[in-house]
Amino acid sequence: MARIIVITSGKGGVGKTTTSAALAMGLAQRGSRTAVVDFDVGLRNLDLIMGCERRVVYDFINVINGEASLNQALIRDRRCDDLFVLPASQTRDKEALTKEGVGKVLDDLSQTFDYVVCDSPAGIEHGATMAMYYADDAVVVTNPEVSSVRDSDRMLGILASKSRRAETGNEPIREYLLLTRYSPERVANGEMLGLEDVQEILSLDLLGVIPESMSVLNASNAGIPVILDSESDAGQAYGDMVARYLGEELPHRFLEVRKKGLFSRFFKE
Amino acid sequence: MRLLDIFASSRPKGSSAIAKERLQILVAHDRTERGRPSYLPTLQRELLEVIRKYADVDMNAVSVSYEQEDSREILELNIILPETARR
Ligand SMILES: Nc1ncnc2c1ncn2[C@@H]1O[C@H](COP(=O)(O)OP(=O)(O)O)[C@@H](O)[C@H]1O
Ligand SMILES: [Mg+2]
Repeated sequence: MARIIVITSGKGGVGKTTTSAALAMGLAQRGSRTAVVDFDVGLRNLDLIMGCERRVVYDFINVINGEASLNQALIRDRRCDDLFVLPASQTRDKEALTKEGVGKVLDDLSQTFDYVVCDSPAGIEHGATMAMYYADDAVVVTNPEVSSVRDSDRMLGILASKSRRAETGNEPIREYLLLTRYSPERVANGEMLGLEDVQEILSLDLLGVIPESMSVLNASNAGIPVILDSESDAGQAYGDMVARYLGEELPHRFLEVRKKGLFSRFFKE
Repeated sequence: MRLLDIFASSRPKGSSAIAKERLQILVAHDRTERGRPSYLPTLQRELLEVIRKYADVDMNAVSVSYEQEDSREILELNIILPETARR
């Protein structure tokens, strides 16, 4: 039986897809068979972040409708044998994701995978509720900013009331906070909410803090999950996130303002 | 003023402090909304319809508030009748 992990947020553009790609790649690199599923019907871009967009033949909705088998639709990652991508449909509307259809596909994936990572679309409507409904764990991706924190809190309410685990009275979904696009400089200047501020409001298990980093854009330009850029701060922070998810206890990094080196100071002034 | 307040107020207050304050209020409000029964808006609308059979009240004349305490839930209805209704 696979563990089903939803990457969710409410608000759009906070880093869900970046995180889904990183978590899936990180788990697969450690030898777990992992599938990452794009629930963003109509706006699919997980395949772009994973760099497999030209290999998409069938998608999630084709599988739900019985137009393709799961094996036909799953794309094996070229860098990691244990990682598979199930792309979203570019054309259909969100309603094509039925609760039964999604349940069946996740059930089938659960037979052969260790982890199924669900990349949620933005919002709290149908697509987002489908992505979280069957989850065992939820990573709530949040930016240190008012609307994102508020939406995360609303999403927590939905996880607690509208998921399968909630409806069947099972043990609740395990919820984790991932704070992304964090800028220690701006926090120090009092321009951005700090980690403590966000935690005071959401008080969740902290899975990690991902710094605002150029490396994320570079990675998405190249179609390489940023976790593979182990030189970069964001890549390392995502590496720590995966380790923490798997139970390792690591100190949180990239929270402090970095001292400027002689050269960068020279060029700045 | 407590000693701590002096320190707090001497710290430069960037916009993040305001953000946090607003968030705390907003989130607290959202959370109480979440705990309310989902039938409240319908109840309010239907009450208004009934009342309108007898008095010419406007949309804002009926307010329904719901509060949860440890051992009980309080549903409070507040209906403001217009002056003319008494005649
Ligand atoms: N840590 C980060 N640093 C800088 N840019 C980031 C970071 N995380 C995400 N981004 C950028 O933010 C945008 C939205 O990211 P994405 O993962 O697609 O979010 P979502 O799936 O929540 O809409 C992208 O342009 C991405 O490159
Ligand atoms: Mg996305």
